[in-house]
Amino acid sequence: MNAPPTAAAGARAADRRTSRVNDFAIKIATVNGTGSASANGMLMQAIFRMGVPISGKNVFPSNIQGLPTWYEIRVNGDGHTARTPIFDIFIAMNPQTYAKDLETVAENGWFLYDSTWPFDPELLSGRPDVTPLGIPLAKLCQENFKGSRTRILLKNIAYVGALVALLDLDMEVVEGMLNEKFAKKAHLLEANRVALKLGGDYAREHFACPLPIRVESLDKTSDHIMIDGNTAAGLGCVFAGATVAAWYPITPSTSLVDGFTKFAERYRTNEDGTRNVIIMQAEDELSAAGMTIGAGWAGARSFTSTSGAGISLMNEFLGLAYYAEIPSVFFNIMRTGPSTGMPTRTQQGDIFSTAYASHGDTAHICIYPADPGECFTMSADAFDLAERYQTPVFVVSDLDIGMNDWMVPRFSWDDDYVPDRGKVLSADELETMEAFYRYLDVDGDEIPYRTLPGVHPKGAYFTRGSGHDKYGRYTEDSVLYQEVVDRLKRKVNSSGTTSPQPIIERQEGAQFSIVTIGGCDRAVREAIAHWNEEGVAVDFMRVRAFPFSPAVEEFLREHDDNYIVEQNRDGQLHRMLLLETDIEKKPITSVTSYNGLPLSAHHVRSGIERKRA
Amino acid sequence: MSYIKKPVARHPALPKNAIGLTVRDYEGSLSTLCAGCGHDSTTAAIVQAFWSLGIEPHTAVKLSGIGCSSKTPTYFLGEAHGFNSVHGRMPSVATGANAANQDLTYIGISGDGDSLSIGLGQFCHAIRRNVNLAYICENNGVYGLTKGQFSASADVGSKSKKGETNEARPIDPVMLAITLGATFVARGFSGDKGQLVPILEAALRHKGFAFVDVISPCVAFNDHKGSTKSYMYTRENYTQVTEADLVPLRREIIAKQVAHEATTVKLHDGSVVTLRCPEGDYDATDRGAAFKHLSELKERGEVATGLLYVEESDSDMHSMNRTAPGDLVAPDWDLLCPGNDRLQSLMAEFR
Repeated sequence: MNAPPTAAAGARAADRRTSRVNDFAIKIATVNGTGSASANGMLMQAIFRMGVPISGKNVFPSNIQGLPTWYEIRVNGDGHTARTPIFDIFIAMNPQTYAKDLETVAENGWFLYDSTWPFDPELLSGRPDVTPLGIPLAKLCQENFKGSRTRILLKNIAYVGALVALLDLDMEVVEGMLNEKFAKKAHLLEANRVALKLGGDYAREHFACPLPIRVESLDKTSDHIMIDGNTAAGLGCVFAGATVAAWYPITPSTSLVDGFTKFAERYRTNEDGTRNVIIMQAEDELSAAGMTIGAGWAGARSFTSTSGAGISLMNEFLGLAYYAEIPSVFFNIMRTGPSTGMPTRTQQGDIFSTAYASHGDTAHICIYPADPGECFTMSADAFDLAERYQTPVFVVSDLDIGMNDWMVPRFSWDDDYVPDRGKVLSADELETMEAFYRYLDVDGDEIPYRTLPGVHPKGAYFTRGSGHDKYGRYTEDSVLYQEVVDRLKRKVNSSGTTSPQPIIERQEGAQFSIVTIGGCDRAVREAIAHWNEEGVAVDFMRVRAFPFSPAVEEFLREHDDNYIVEQNRDGQLHRMLLLETDIEKKPITSVTSYNGLPLSAHHVRSGIERKRA
Repeated sequence: MSYIKKPVARHPALPKNAIGLTVRDYEGSLSTLCAGCGHDSTTAAIVQAFWSLGIEPHTAVKLSGIGCSSKTPTYFLGEAHGFNSVHGRMPSVATGANAANQDLTYIGISGDGDSLSIGLGQFCHAIRRNVNLAYICENNGVYGLTKGQFSASADVGSKSKKGETNEARPIDPVMLAITLGATFVARGFSGDKGQLVPILEAALRHKGFAFVDVISPCVAFNDHKGSTKSYMYTRENYTQVTEADLVPLRREIIAKQVAHEATTVKLHDGSVVTLRCPEGDYDATDRGAAFKHLSELKERGEVATGLLYVEESDSDMHSMNRTAPGDLVAPDWDLLCPGNDRLQSLMAEFR
C-alpha cells in the first residue's frame, strides 16, 4: 500500500488553500452503468481544449451495471500526467462509497455530493478540513426533465455544469463541444445545455466560484491528442499493413481489436464493399493463437490481442511458433494476476511469463510501449521484428495504457516506410536455386530463408514442432537438434541491437539511477522532476525491448545504485536484468507497486527513499 | 524416418493427368506407419484424388495435428507446404493459413484422438466458420502412438487389445458435423479406395468446410476380435448409403450409365457430383432426413458410408468477411496503409 506522504508532498498539501491554478486532481465516484463516462470525458476534453495538460484514469469494476466506479482527472500545467493518489475535489455521486471516498480527499479539499438525499454530517466529523459542497442534482433534474433514464444521464451533465463554475472552465469551449456532439440531435443539445446551466447556476448561487483550485487557459496541448493505447495500437496495425487479426474477447485487450476493426472498416474497404483484411473472432485464445500463427506461416502480417490469462492459454502454440520460426505478433494488455486476478485493474505482472512463454528453452522478443504514442509506433516495429527474425513478437502493454485516455503528441506516419518482410524467397529466386532448406543459415546472420505456400514447388517444406535439423528434416539426433536450438538462441538475442533501444537520460552529478519499463515512465519522470527541484540529480533509463540491448547492461554498470521501478510484486524486470546480464546483484534494487492502480510519482519517491534510508 | 524420399524411377507408361503429371508426382516421403495401417491406404486415395483433379501440387497446403494420422501429410504431395501443428489445433492453423491466402487448396488431416477430444472445440468451430478446407478424420477408435487407449470414437462394447470393454458413449463426428450445419459430410473406409477417391475429389472441390470421416483400422492396437473399428468388423458392417462420382468441370463428361434415381449436385466451381443410392431412398441433400436415416443405421450397428450430406455452397469464411479477391499476403501497399495525410485528418477526431 501507499506509504505516508513525504515531507515535500506534505509541504505541497499545506498550500492547497492558496490559489493553485492548473495543478489539482478531481475524482468522481458514480455507479457503473449510469452513463457518467461521457460526462467525465466531456470534462476532460474541455480542459484539454483549454490548452491545459490533463490525464484521466478510469477505475472501474468488472461488472456491467450497479457497482461503484471512479474516474480520476489530473490537471497539471507543468505537464505531469501520471496518476496522483490525492484528490483536491471529490464528486461523490455514490452514497455507498462516501466514507471510503472521503479518505482520498486532500487536506483542505472539497467534497461535492448530491444533497437531494440526507447527508450524515457525522461522515465529516473526522475531516473538519474538508468543505462539503451539497448540490441537489437529482432534485434539479427531477424538476426539469422527463423520464428516469434521461434524468440519470443529465444528472451527470449537471455536475459537469457545477464544475464549470467551480473550476472556472471556459463555457465557450464547453458549448462548442456540445454543439459538435449533438449537431444532429437538437433536442439532446438543448437538454444538455439546460443541465449544464442548472448545475452551474446552483454552484454560483451557493458557493464562492471559482474555487482556489481552478483552470486557466494555456497553450500546451495544441500539438497533442487524447487517445487510449488500444485504439492507438489498432490504428498502428492498420498502418503497419496487418491483414489478418484473430482474437478472443478479454478485458483489457478487447478494445484493441475494436479499434483495428473500426479503422479497417474505414481504410481497408474497397469501393465494391470488399475488404483487404480479415478479422476472426476465435472460440478461445488457443484458436486465436493458432490462426495468427497459421496466417503468419502463410505469409500475412497477422496478430492477436489478449491479456495474461490468454497468454497462458497460448503457451503451447508460442513454443511451436518459436521453434518452427513463424512470424506472428501478440499484444499482451496486462491486467492484475494471478489467475482471473482483478480484471479491471492494471499491473505489469506478465513481464516474465511473456518473455519466456511455453515449455522447453524459449525466449521471445518483447517490446514495451510507455504510452499510446508508442503503442502506435511499436505496432509497426513488432511486425518488422517478427518478419525479420521469423519469430513471435510481443507488444507488452497494460490496462492503464490500453484503456485510459492519455495526452500524447499527434501521431505522424513516414510515407517512405517500407515494411521489412524479412528473408522470404520469391518464385524467381527459388527457380534458380539448386535446393532450398528451411532452417539453414546460409549467410551467417542466424536467420534462415523462408518460403510461402503456393509460390514454387522448390519452396515446399514440412513445418513441424518436433525435432528437426537445419535442413528441416525430422530428427532425434542430439547434435543436429542442438545445432538448431543453439542458432535460435543466437537469432533471438541478436534482436537486442535492432529492437527499440532503451531511452536513457543522464543528469550531471546523478546520485543514483532509476531503471523502469512501460507505463511507469511518466510517474518516474515526475518523481525525478521533484528530486531535481530539491537539488538531487537522477539518471534515467526506460527499457523498451527484450532481449535487452547491450546499452542496458552498460547503463547498469555505470551506476553504483540502480533502482528498478515496475508494477508487479516480484520485481520481474529486476529479476530479468539479473538473469540476462552479467551485472552483480548488489547495485540493483527492486522498487515495486502492485496495488492494481497506475503508478504515481509519490509512490516512486517514497519507494526509493525508503530503500535509500 | 519420414523424410526419406521415395526413389524417383517412373514407369514410362504411367498415365498423365490434365497438367501432364503422373500419380508419382503427388507422392511424398516413405511412410513410417505400421505395415497394413489404414492411414496408408487413405494417403494413397488422397494422392489419387489430387492427381485426378489435376491440382498443381505446390498450390495445395496440407496441415495436421498430432498423432499417427497427423504424420501422414509427409507421405503425400512432396511439393506442397505442410504443417504438422499441435494436438487438436490443426483447424485453427488451417483457418489462419486460409485467411491469409484463399487461393490455395487446403487439406487437413486429423484422427479421432486429435479431432474428438482436445480438438473437438476447434473441429466444431471450423465447421461453424465454414473454412474452405477438406478435413479428413482418419478414424480408428484408438490412440496408437501411446499404445492402445480408447479414443472418444470407440463404440460402447468395443474391446481393447488388452481386453477392456469401452463403456463410454462414442462421439460420432459424422452425426456431429451434420448437426452443426456442415455443408459436406462423408464417410469412407480406407479399405474401399474405389468409393473413397471420388468422395475426396468432391471434398477438395467443395467450397467451404468438407468433412470426410475415414474408418481407418489400426493394425497394431485395434484390429482384433471384439473391436468395432477392425478391418473385419468394418467390412462386415459397412453399408454404402450413396455412391458418389465427381465430374470435374474441366474433364470431358464421359457417357456413363447413371441409374435413374441418381441426384446431381453442382459444386461451386461447376463440377458436378452424381449420387446414386444403392438402397433406394436416401436423400443426401436433405439434412433432416439424412440425420434420421443415419441414426437408424447406427442403431442397427451398421457403418454408413458414402457422401452422406451435401449442400450447394458458394460461401465460406471469406464471403462472411467480405474479403477482397486474391491473397492477403502482399496486397498493394497503397491498399493497406492509409498514409500520413489521412492520419493527420484522423488526428482531429482525437482533440
